[in-house]
Amino acid sequence: MSEKILFKYIDYPDQDRIETYIKNGGYTALRKVLKEYQPEEVVDIVKASWLRGRGGAGFPTGVKWSFLPKDGNKPIYLIVNGDESEPGTFKDRQLMEYDPHQLIEGAIISAYAIRCHTAFIYIRGEFVRPAEQVGKALQEAKDKGFLGKDILGSGYDLDIHIVRGGGAYICGEETSLMESIEGKRPLSRQKPPFPAIEGLWGCPTIINNVETLSNIPHILNNGAEWYKSFGTEKSPGTKIFCLSGHINRPGNYELPMGVNLKELIYEYGGGIIDDRPLKAVIPGGSSTPILRADEIDVNMDFESLAAAGTMLGSAGVIVMHDGTCMVSALQKLTKFYEHESCGKCSPCREGTNWMNKILKRMLKGEGRPEDVDLLYDIAKNILGRTVCPLGDAAAMPVIGFLDKFRDEFENICNGGKPKGTIHFPFN
Amino acid sequence: MYLSEETREKIKALRDKYPTKKAALLPTLHLVFDECGYLGTDQLDEAADVLGISRLEINEAASFYTLFPKHKVGKYLLQVCDNISCSLRGADNLVGYIKEKLGIEVGDTTPDGLFTLWTVECLGSCGTGPVMQVGDRYYEKLTREKVDKLLDKWKNGGEDGSSKEPKQSDR
Ligand SMILES: Cc1cc2nc3c(=O)[nH]c(=O)nc-3n(C[C@H](O)[C@H](O)[C@H](O)COP(=O)(O)O)c2cc1C
Ligand code: SF4
Ligand code: FES
Repeated sequence: MSEKILFKYIDYPDQDRIETYIKNGGYTALRKVLKEYQPEEVVDIVKASWLRGRGGAGFPTGVKWSFLPKDGNKPIYLIVNGDESEPGTFKDRQLMEYDPHQLIEGAIISAYAIRCHTAFIYIRGEFVRPAEQVGKALQEAKDKGFLGKDILGSGYDLDIHIVRGGGAYICGEETSLMESIEGKRPLSRQKPPFPAIEGLWGCPTIINNVETLSNIPHILNNGAEWYKSFGTEKSPGTKIFCLSGHINRPGNYELPMGVNLKELIYEYGGGIIDDRPLKAVIPGGSSTPILRADEIDVNMDFESLAAAGTMLGSAGVIVMHDGTCMVSALQKLTKFYEHESCGKCSPCREGTNWMNKILKRMLKGEGRPEDVDLLYDIAKNILGRTVCPLGDAAAMPVIGFLDKFRDEFENICNGGKPKGTIHFPFN
Repeated sequence: MYLSEETREKIKALRDKYPTKKAALLPTLHLVFDECGYLGTDQLDEAADVLGISRLEINEAASFYTLFPKHKVGKYLLQVCDNISCSLRGADNLVGYIKEKLGIEVGDTTPDGLFTLWTVECLGSCGTGPVMQVGDRYYEKLTREKVDKLLDKWKNGGEDGSSKEPKQSDR
């Protein structure tokens, strides 16, 4: 096993308690930052580390922070995105539940760097225990003087509030998330303006993922060069890969960025259940285009996966063996996006509904030969034509499945039996 | 009055916590849900009045969020994930099994008012699927045997679905 950064102490007993966290080196980065660095210097270090967002898009964190207006007089907000709802992804839950102080220390340092005095941690509503754990940890941090007024005598003040979601995938999208915190019906906002200019209550706002911010204390403790010694040149650091589906050892694996997908599945994940042949892999959460079994000799970093025509996304690796019916699998995903569309724009609202209808028709054996092209056409017409990226997230898997497994869709539409043994009931 | 004095006080305490009153809306939905187990229009209207926002605003937001039932449900609301990773691990068969055992369809409640069965989207626990949420807890790596045991326990008045046992790391 290679060196771990975020999961180093994840199995350590009582790591969620502040005494243990401190004993294991916690809050030294915060002390150092408050004593030695100006906020801008922290931004520069994070920029130099080339840490990239772990919420899906991979945008460089330090660069995002530097988009904040330099001379505004409005308050600046930080939002920690713990909505984690992309099918196949389950890493932030563990980070919040088992090492909440790592996240909180990262959030405090980040807030200091961007001159924010009120931060929010948005946790999906289903995550009751993670929210309790983070809540308990916030109180402990406050009691120790790491939060609140005049933190460690530095003169810097910060409050962090938890907001619990209400069960809506779209609230993970940054603009919908802000609407949700503001107490509105959380429909996504048109961008620009970007949140760094006009975010929460019209004020400059930075939104970062739980895993992204959990890296911050380590970068400040050890420096940008150290961080860049992990992973690849353009995707530095480690990444938590979530393995699920037909795999022998599902779970979270922290490995350097750029680990080979084949190795990830066969070495770390222990291969396919019952030693069956692999059929397909979704590499980065449900919205990333699927790979065929013959395409998995690819490295898991932002650039390599883009070159392979897909995305690292949230690194939720979903593995399917030869028994899986691709029409059935795609219908599952499409049903999800139809359910989660916020309904604001018609290509997404209507398109996801049509695509699901067509897929259900195919599964019922009522598909028409022209349905394959129709499905493709609808997906292509959603791409790039919606208010927020959920539309693309719904269209990309459809295009990916059709590009890679067109024969299965054609077969079903020409009266053939579905392939494989795994067919899901559909609704 | 649909809400207890205690809940009303908690809602009032939220009013000044955030930069705007309206930002207390979502936390308020959680308070109402915690007390009532669902969000009915009567409860929501009353919460809006206590919070001092319009009734329309609260209903408009509440109807978006699927976490909260809008009608009374059984004492144990079984929310089984049937998204992709759990389905690859047999979630659909499990839903079929629970339906058969309880004699109800998805969305229904048993006549004794004990169980409601829902299927839900990904719970963020795909590595330990199939998984279901009951109350505050996740039940992971479900099998028929595990389901049998849980249902028996709940039928016999065992601990309620909101109990908070510490969970093992699933790694
Ligand atoms: C439909 C949709 C859902 C999203 N869900 C999440 C989520 O659950 N968690 C998350 O961190 N980012 C999610 N994102 C990405 C966020 O909008 C945002 O880019 C991210 O939180 C930024 O953090 P990062 O730069 O640290 O990655 C989602 C985006 C979309 C379009
Ligand atoms: S793309 Fe979908 S989720 Fe996004 S704003 Fe449009 S309807 Fe809403
Ligand atoms: S697919 Fe069931 S928890 Fe993610």
